[in-house]
Amino acid sequence: MTAYTGRIATTTRSRTVGSRIAASVLYPLGLPTLLLVLWGLVATRSTNRFFPDPLTIAEAFRETWIGPAFVEDVLPSLARLGLGVAASIVLGIAAGTVIGLTRWLRELLEPLLEFLRAIPPPVLIPVAMLLLGITDTMKIVVIVSGAIWPILLNTIEGVRGTDSVMTETAESFQVTWWERLWFLVLPAASPRIMAGVRQALSVALILMVISEMFASSSGLGYRIAYFQRNYLIAEMWSGILLLGLVGVFLAVAFGLVERRVLRWYHGIREVNRA
Amino acid sequence: MRVFPTRRLRALRKAMLGVVGLTGFLVVWQLIPTLGLINPLYLPYVTDVLARLFEQLVDLAFWRRLGSTMTSWAIGLTVATVAAVILGTVVGLVPFLRRATHTMVEFLRPIPSVALIPLAVLMFGIQRQAALVIIIYASFWQVFVQVIYGVADVDAVARDTARSFGLTRREQLSHLVLPTTLPYLMTGLRLAAAVALILAITAEMVIGNPGLGRMIELSRSAGDAAGLYALVVVTGLLGLMVNIVFRFIERRVLSWHQSVRGEEPL
Repeated sequence: MTAYTGRIATTTRSRTVGSRIAASVLYPLGLPTLLLVLWGLVATRSTNRFFPDPLTIAEAFRETWIGPAFVEDVLPSLARLGLGVAASIVLGIAAGTVIGLTRWLRELLEPLLEFLRAIPPPVLIPVAMLLLGITDTMKIVVIVSGAIWPILLNTIEGVRGTDSVMTETAESFQVTWWERLWFLVLPAASPRIMAGVRQALSVALILMVISEMFASSSGLGYRIAYFQRNYLIAEMWSGILLLGLVGVFLAVAFGLVERRVLRWYHGIREVNRA
Repeated sequence: MRVFPTRRLRALRKAMLGVVGLTGFLVVWQLIPTLGLINPLYLPYVTDVLARLFEQLVDLAFWRRLGSTMTSWAIGLTVATVAAVILGTVVGLVPFLRRATHTMVEFLRPIPSVALIPLAVLMFGIQRQAALVIIIYASFWQVFVQVIYGVADVDAVARDTARSFGLTRREQLSHLVLPTTLPYLMTGLRLAAAVALILAITAEMVIGNPGLGRMIELSRSAGDAAGLYALVVVTGLLGLMVNIVFRFIERRVLSWHQSVRGEEPL
């Protein structure tokens, strides 16, 4: 590890093109590669069955997920996730804007929302099973009932935090309600809303997995639990890997969307900092 | 001085409205099964649920399960926080480590912790350790990422000043890095406390180690709707308490900081 450190330090210091490319490759890929190699070495030597080596997992990944399983298990899971997240975003922003703009409504609902948000979302799975049975609707309802809170509460906060000078200016210029909503309130709240959506995404992913582990005969969560129960260790690892990839993909996609939506905002912060 | 009574009036109005909101929710809940909109077998009367809740509160077995859940929560949160603060400070202070670990962190962080449940079960069986794996994994990242941000946020001028005044490394840590990181750390800690509670209960539901989560799963499979809803209310109250306590700690620890001082009425 120390020898490795030394090499990186010298490559960045000498500023030839070749070493700079090497550094830009080594930095992001160096540690993961090192760990994978280490894992492989340890796994092939040890007799622990629960930690197969990376190549076996990669092989299992190819065999398990590329093929009909992708259509039968992965796509339905992702569809439920997508529907749940979309519904949370729409409902959360709509309700949050109304509540945030109406003072008495906000004061009326604040303690209630505070309580509902504090309920650990997975606890709602048994409740939803009781009310809706084991259906796709139930899984989507579970995802929405967990993922809506960060969006809703952040929207309320964001709408409340609209600059009062701007609100008064809009009022004195007699900007209509809709225009004010569209050009002032929502943009002003958007940084907070996006922060809420980011939290909601990870909650939604967790709920997708658990709702399937709990009550399903298909889906990503069900498959992983099935592999574990049948001691298909490499397959189980490949499922964990796939879930990780889904998580990373969601994070990257969200980052791209956020950068587009909040381009003006990051621009302002950049100017303020300079 | 004239402002004072109106402010108190406003606070009173706010509290009243809040109570009205909560009561309204309970009334609507009571009305839905009463009017037959949903079968009381699936959505029991709120009176039944509250009665069950009070029944639980005098039951010693209930408190033992609650204690079991909160023990997992406390152990998991402590281990995750200590590990995250140490690793986060080291990684945050050394630019080489920050660059080298960036991709690892960006890949590992979004992995939903519940994906690790099968692995934890294989390794530890139906025991607390299995739940702890999940709790620690999930809450670690919340604190770790905040600490890295916080440590990186040290003001450049302040750092140069400290250096030119010849502060030792330890002095720099306690007078420069710690105050800058503390607000970030408290945010991370508050988030981690909530996440740890969620996963403590989730783990018990899915893995089946003793605690509130397993009790919820048992009442569901027994078809005991009132018991199930009572437990859901209990978990909500627990979550609320964790939020309130950690917000209080945050305000206390950061009483010197602008973000807290700024909230006080001027």
